[in-house]
Amino acid sequence: MPTFVYMTRCDGCGHCVDICPSDIMHIDKVTRRAYNIEPNMCWECYSCVKACPMNAIDVRGYADFAPLGHSVRVKRDEEKGVIAWRIKFRNGKKDMDLLAPITTKPWGKFIPKLSEVQGPTQEQRDSQLLFNEPKYIRMDDGGLHTLESNGLKMKAGVYY
Amino acid sequence: MGYKTVVEDNIDILVAGAGLGGTGAAFEARYWGQDKKIVIAEKANIDRSGAVAQGLYAINCYMGTRFGENNPEDHVRYARIDLMGMVREDLLFDMARHVDSAVHQFEEWGLPLMRDPKTGAYQREGRWQIMIHGESYKPIVAEAAKKSADKVYNRICVTHLLMDESKENRVAGAIGFNVRTGDCHVFKSKAVIVGAGGASNIYKPRSVGEGAGRVWYAPWSSGSAYGLLIGAGAKMTQMENRIVLARFKDGYGPVGAYFLHLKTYTQNAYGEEYESKWFPELQKMVGKEYLDPEASHRTHRPIPTCLRNHALINEVNAGRGPIHMVTMEAFQDPHLEEIGWHNFLGMTVGQAVLWAATDVDPKNENPELTTSEPYVMGSHATGCGAWCSGPEDVSPDEYFWGYNRMTTVEGLFGAGDAVGGTPHAFSSGSFTEGRLAAKAACKYIDDGKAEGIKVSDKQINDRKKEIYKPMEHYKIYRNEITAGTVNPNYINPRQGLDRLQKLMDEYCGGVTVNYMTNDKLLNIGLKKMKILEEDLEKIAAENVHELLRAWELKHRHMTAEAVFQHTLFRKETRWPGYYYRGDAMKVDDENWHVLTVSRRDPKTGEYTMEKAPCYHLVGDDE
Repeated sequence: MPTFVYMTRCDGCGHCVDICPSDIMHIDKVTRRAYNIEPNMCWECYSCVKACPMNAIDVRGYADFAPLGHSVRVKRDEEKGVIAWRIKFRNGKKDMDLLAPITTKPWGKFIPKLSEVQGPTQEQRDSQLLFNEPKYIRMDDGGLHTLESNGLKMKAGVYY
Repeated sequence: MGYKTVVEDNIDILVAGAGLGGTGAAFEARYWGQDKKIVIAEKANIDRSGAVAQGLYAINCYMGTRFGENNPEDHVRYARIDLMGMVREDLLFDMARHVDSAVHQFEEWGLPLMRDPKTGAYQREGRWQIMIHGESYKPIVAEAAKKSADKVYNRICVTHLLMDESKENRVAGAIGFNVRTGDCHVFKSKAVIVGAGGASNIYKPRSVGEGAGRVWYAPWSSGSAYGLLIGAGAKMTQMENRIVLARFKDGYGPVGAYFLHLKTYTQNAYGEEYESKWFPELQKMVGKEYLDPEASHRTHRPIPTCLRNHALINEVNAGRGPIHMVTMEAFQDPHLEEIGWHNFLGMTVGQAVLWAATDVDPKNENPELTTSEPYVMGSHATGCGAWCSGPEDVSPDEYFWGYNRMTTVEGLFGAGDAVGGTPHAFSSGSFTEGRLAAKAACKYIDDGKAEGIKVSDKQINDRKKEIYKPMEHYKIYRNEITAGTVNPNYINPRQGLDRLQKLMDEYCGGVTVNYMTNDKLLNIGLKKMKILEEDLEKIAAENVHELLRAWELKHRHMTAEAVFQHTLFRKETRWPGYYYRGDAMKVDDENWHVLTVSRRDPKTGEYTMEKAPCYHLVGDDE
């Protein structure tokens, strides 16, 4: 649902402008604060809401089918590796807190830098294997599945 | 215009578009090309771009070979029946035999994959789907791509591929502009991997006004995968195979976890099961090979997605709508209720917003379902995209020309939505395709296939002129009128998009005509598309942001034209529930058990269409 920005909270830092996948969070030249310039190109993906350090961005459901008076707020914490949501219904009868992990490891620490790992051999280059394979692609110690290993043929026409 | 031109030269591998396919490509390219220069050009910010920007609550393509669950050929059989037989089984098999290694790496990198406490295997949602806490799926894979790439250019809208001038039909890089500074960016590269996205918003959406942003596929998916490839003269396949989604009404929240994990089911407005009663008649249209409810009941064979749509559409047309998802039983279990909500928060927050706004508590009422407007993409239950080479150890001659995932343009590779005939790749499969394309692209360069590439200043300058033309056009004609957006000499990008959507809707099987079209309508539509193309030469952009929208529209238009051409070519109704050819309302395996392949001549804009054979994997047990 399209985002909007609270005047008293936004300090114009531009984190939302930096992250918006749709290029619709811009800084207003007069107020020097962020706003949604094109609500009908907003996917309510919440990327800007999550990125805002001032909690200044919120979402109001699309006017053409969502009545006023609801709230879905979020707090994403990279350090703790969790995201917390609060959903409040229009009629006030439901008010939910939901918590989910966003990562199990410190950011980026366990992603290999492939320029620094042992490079591939010619044999690996000539094979169909990708980096780190055949690890994880099968249960036994065999290599990659092939038509031959799986007893298959490719045949043109209508066969099932 | 006063914009700079920034040239990035001597690139080995350029990744154009860094969603799941592009990040996979950039990551893997570094391993096979440790000495190579790898550059990413991304339209948004790589940390939150592409279809997975807001996260995912499931990985829909995981074999579990390691846990003894499925073999690659099982997945091929599943995808081909779901697509009514029309898939590239070599590409599917290849993706499926590698995809698990990608998924296990995601877990090593920190992506929270749920585990089944009893078996220790990943928590299954369905046979192919596993459940994840994927809010940060995209930032995590982006981190991997950033670690591998020499440079990441964010906010670059790539408008065209550059072509080699020393050898016909060979790619030489790409060109575009920065959507913030307006500067022109030139990337001279030996190989290009297109990881750009499929197309939302080419059909008139059900929503009006603000809600037009609440599309199923991301609004920033502008069909650039197809716009770029078609523009470069690459052959395309299965572009008629658009997809219609049965989803929660208005919010388009996903239903996969609801059906598979929460065991919710559908019924009509009067509480009746409706699907099965449409099947006997439908079976006459498509044949027992494609619809056999009994066999589906006995085995894991699914009823094709399009055919289930067909039942929903017909039930609503018969006056027994709306269709409801029966959630009231499952949601009495607090654990399942929580999963139901997490499912939305992890990938379609808007659906949670909508239910909060309309006081829909699925514990107390069964929410409505509807079928969406059509989308053109290649990684969900549909396989639009480029005609690409497969791997040499699997592909028959017609499917193989040297390098895995290379299009018919030399040095030009695809991943994700860009590759045709490979449905059901989803996020993990797209990432895997990127990896496959990257390894092949490195080999292409190492084999000396990219030697002697030449890009003249003239080519660059001509493209530059073309790129900024909408802004020039605006400047020239703006002051002819006092104010406002009505001008006899131009249309703005929104006006152009509205026309495209209306045209696609009415002539190419959109939602207001119940997904129906025929040869006559398609021919009228194609004429109107040509005139729209002329008007797109007169599109006006007031600023750089509008210039972005102008180019997105041009890519959408190029995509839409291919959809028209392919839909006209395939004279049958292969996917009832996705669209209908009123003049040929049956599946016609005698004439159309083939893949459709097109090429648009970049010089004349003329289309040529051909049929390509459909190969199937045949196993010992069949």
